[in-house]
Amino acid sequence: MTERKKMATRESYGKALLELGREHEEVVVLDADLATATKTGIFQKEFPQRHIDCGIAECNMMGIAAGLAATGKVPFVSTFAMFAAGRAFEQVRNSIGYPGLNVKIAATHGGISVGEDGASHQCNEDLALMREIPGMVVINPADGVETREAIKAVYEHKGPVYLRLGRMEVPIIHREGEYRFTIGKGELLRKGRDLTIVATGLCVSSALEAAEGLLKKGIEAEVMNIHTIKPLDEELVLASAKKTGRVVTVEEHSILGGLGSAVSEVLAENYPVKVLRIGIRDTYGESGRAEQLLEKYKLDGKGILEQIEGWLSRSI
Amino acid sequence: MEKMTIQELKRMANHIRRGILTSVYHAGAGHPGGSLSAAEVFTWLYFREMNIDPTNPRWPDRDRFVLSKGHTAPGYYAAMAYRGYFPVEELSTLRKLGSPLQGHPCMQHLAGVDMSSGSLGQGISAAVGMALAGKMDKRSYRVFTLLGDGELQEGQVWEAAMFAGHRKLDNLCVIIDNNGLQIDGKVEEVCSPYPIEDKFKAFRFHVISVLDGNDMEQVEKAFDEAKTIQAKPVAIVLKTVKGKGISFMENQPSWHGKAPDKKEYERAMLELDKIQEAL
Repeated sequence: MTERKKMATRESYGKALLELGREHEEVVVLDADLATATKTGIFQKEFPQRHIDCGIAECNMMGIAAGLAATGKVPFVSTFAMFAAGRAFEQVRNSIGYPGLNVKIAATHGGISVGEDGASHQCNEDLALMREIPGMVVINPADGVETREAIKAVYEHKGPVYLRLGRMEVPIIHREGEYRFTIGKGELLRKGRDLTIVATGLCVSSALEAAEGLLKKGIEAEVMNIHTIKPLDEELVLASAKKTGRVVTVEEHSILGGLGSAVSEVLAENYPVKVLRIGIRDTYGESGRAEQLLEKYKLDGKGILEQIEGWLSRSI
Repeated sequence: MEKMTIQELKRMANHIRRGILTSVYHAGAGHPGGSLSAAEVFTWLYFREMNIDPTNPRWPDRDRFVLSKGHTAPGYYAAMAYRGYFPVEELSTLRKLGSPLQGHPCMQHLAGVDMSSGSLGQGISAAVGMALAGKMDKRSYRVFTLLGDGELQEGQVWEAAMFAGHRKLDNLCVIIDNNGLQIDGKVEEVCSPYPIEDKFKAFRFHVISVLDGNDMEQVEKAFDEAKTIQAKPVAIVLKTVKGKGISFMENQPSWHGKAPDKKEYERAMLELDKIQEAL
């Protein structure tokens, strides 16, 4: 495989936010003392009056965003996934979700690829938590190009959105200028007949790598990018499952409640097939370099391939 | 609307008390105690202070109100009904299936509600956000939010206060209904929020203490002072009586969150009739 250009989705977010801010005056950005890490600092530099640093008080920040949205502003709220979805869950649920306010929560540092900071900062539960909130759109882009397009779509969408972004640099798999993003529409990246791999976030490029490995063993895997966890592209998932009869989900998130659960629910209700959920298996992360952690938790291309091969040998 | 006299406002507060009793009685549930203690401030806000238009509840330049202590919705709804947001008869649909009068206020169910609330500590943050938007857009509207004294135990209140003081949001007026009681008993015995005034001062608020928050003249004085304050948010601490106006409910924590039975309801309405005659 040729070496791809890399970029962190948070970096792309910061740049996209600036573009959005130039076009739309009602866009305001909130942060909780993490503007350098979340990359909202890029927006802050050009629009200091429209960047509100709330200090280290995430629950209040969600409420302020709700109040701003109630007056017609379009707030983008950023902090780490742990604090946005975890600490401030109930504020997001009651002050943003329940009143259906137009707040965009762009949480960076999702998953174990946070790396050295360790488990206290590695949020593997955010997609599950946010998916539970009625009316909440949940998006997890795969690369920088997708993030940029997603930000535009998120702005156009009226209502609350949770967008998960990552800290580590990940390969760019989409073509700049050509890629079109639609909320709720999955993307078929590779056709196959033996197996369906449904991936999200930084696991999409690793899933493509795993599919290459499977091909060497004569297994043709279909690979899709599910950037929108909710609403899920049920049609795409079901069509592929009907074709291949076997589904693997891959996410840098707990296997409880995230993509694996969302896909399993749809399949169980409509077309039950065997499912392997690849992700964090009911455990906390730990300190280490991001790539070391992805290797240890078997979420890199090699680990995903290994897990799929093991499953195939056991289940067939 | 023509400016109401203090006497007329007192009568209106009594109507609002009747509305509270009636709605909670018909619902068979709800929170009369903290609604009754705030009847004067609800009246003041909706009939004197706020620049609002019930026929145009989404008017961008209107003053905003956030009921941070959302469980006292019966008082809020009664004030809104008498002010003309919806027919007074609808108060008896409180908490019933299909009613816009949800157990706690919901902006998607009822036009005129500026923010959904009910989970304590959250309303004040939304009010701060609205005040901040007003400053950013250089609009002249003001934002009022009403909190309970027990609610001050929520840490988010102080996050919001720190932010409002830091940003010098002088278009924000935080009102504390200091009736002294919460579900489990006296606030100072459960987990004391006192001294309330000093805490808000420490967060750079201009603080106004009202010795009797159920006295309309004292309420008037406090709000008149509040509007003169610049470069600081204002906190008005109203010392009130929980259950005010109904003899058997006054200062009883048990009336925080229960409805009167038929006998109690009739007795309470008779007491309010007597007050009305005397006004």
